[in-house]
Amino acid sequence: MFLVSFVSMAQHHGNEHAQHAAKETEESGSSLKKDIKDFIGHHLLDSHDFGLFSYEDDHGKEIHFGAPLPVILFDSESGLNVFSSSKFHHGEEVAENNGSYFKLYHGKIYKTDAAGTISYDEHHHATNEKPLDFSITKNVAFIFLVGLFMFLVFTKMAKNYKTSALPKGFGRLLEPLILYVRDEIAIPNIGHKQYRKYMSYLLTVFFFVWIVNLLGLTPVGINVTNNIAVTLSLSLITYLLTTFTANKNYWKHIFWMPGVPTPMKFLLAPIELLGTIIKPFSLMIRLYANITAGHIVLMSIIGMMFIFKNWIGSPLSFGLAFALSLLELLVAALQAYIFTMLSALYFGSAVEEHDDH
Amino acid sequence: MEKLIEQFSLGLFFWQSVLFVALVLLLKKFAWKPILEAVNDREEGIKDALESAEAAKKEMQSLTADNQRILKEARAERDSLLKDAREIKEKIIAEAKEEAQEEASAIIDSAKAAIEVEKKAAISELKTQVAHLSIEIAEKVVKRELASKDDQLALVDKILGEVTLN
Repeated sequence: MFLVSFVSMAQHHGNEHAQHAAKETEESGSSLKKDIKDFIGHHLLDSHDFGLFSYEDDHGKEIHFGAPLPVILFDSESGLNVFSSSKFHHGEEVAENNGSYFKLYHGKIYKTDAAGTISYDEHHHATNEKPLDFSITKNVAFIFLVGLFMFLVFTKMAKNYKTSALPKGFGRLLEPLILYVRDEIAIPNIGHKQYRKYMSYLLTVFFFVWIVNLLGLTPVGINVTNNIAVTLSLSLITYLLTTFTANKNYWKHIFWMPGVPTPMKFLLAPIELLGTIIKPFSLMIRLYANITAGHIVLMSIIGMMFIFKNWIGSPLSFGLAFALSLLELLVAALQAYIFTMLSALYFGSAVEEHDDH
Repeated sequence: MEKLIEQFSLGLFFWQSVLFVALVLLLKKFAWKPILEAVNDREEGIKDALESAEAAKKEMQSLTADNQRILKEARAERDSLLKDAREIKEKIIAEAKEEAQEEASAIIDSAKAAIEVEKKAAISELKTQVAHLSIEIAEKVVKRELASKDDQLALVDKILGEVTLN
């Protein structure tokens, strides 16, 4: 409760300051503000290279720090194209591969001619053909790293149990979390008989979302869960698991709701059927929106430090950013918990066994 | 919403799905299963240990209770045995006394009876002897019949002198 009120207060303050700042720095700060806005927008997006930071040198040339990543494209004409993202030069140059030309424009890869012309429609959207992009982007590289990290940590923990019944080292921290997922999330929602088959998924999703959220808060700041593709993938797995492990009782409650008059049954069936899709959809949007909103607000407040440039505004923004970072730490865990909890709830409804309704 | 759809990256979706499914399967085999099993075994072990400790405690209690009961019973038996023994002792003593009394009185009785018999025999013998003596005296008196009266008296005295009263 306290936290909720705190958030609203912080956001309220943030808005006030933003408006205040907007008036003061109308003229001088407009380009800085645009820079900050662009930066936030870029931070929230995926990219084709593992960029840590970039700056402009004295000659106005942009210097990028980071590593290029492999680009994998499927194109109807040239087939499979694999090349390094360094060919794009951060969108400044046209990349040539197997006689096809590609250009990076606003984070998306378009097929172009050798000169790199991009044609636009009336809404200033690029109309060039887009090849199927399976590139190892920053986010893909990051989730692979997280996956590797999780695999190493948890297999090491599992090996420890072979020699002693008690966890050692990092396992001492992880075991209570695993037990928490089992005793507070899986068993109460799914039930003693059925919970075992969902444990692997619930544990993996809990730790994956949590670790990814936490690492998104670090200065490296590669945020994955603010990407709708990632949350869609996760919620789709929840949906598929729910659908394919559901028992007769679950389907009966959807298509032929017991205990209501027959006309109502016809009315309820489409609603219930829609509900099965809305549930994972809400999972997807919740995780995406929470993390994205948190990052936008946090980065805006950090950006305000540079807009204010005075003795009151900047420290205040810093304090707010600090408080909000702490809050985001909580949100990181909370969203992982909520995602796991609701997944467990849906699994529970899919395997529920009772006829009295 | 339009922006969301525009931002949607099929590549990221594909890799995320592949990675995540692979991660779930790998972790299931190499991490979650062993970990959960180990934790489960440990919990079962603790539960069993606690239960057996509880059972041992109960057994201990029942054993102590048994011991107490046996001790009590033994004590009661000892007491009753002692009581019996005392009673038997007293009874034996009483019986012995009674018997002794009876025997003593029987001996006394028989002694009295014997004395009586002896006495009667003595008296009858005395009577017989007195009769014999009387007859002898009478004989002698008769034999010396015609002698003087003084002689007769002297004879009686003489005979009487001869007879010693026994």
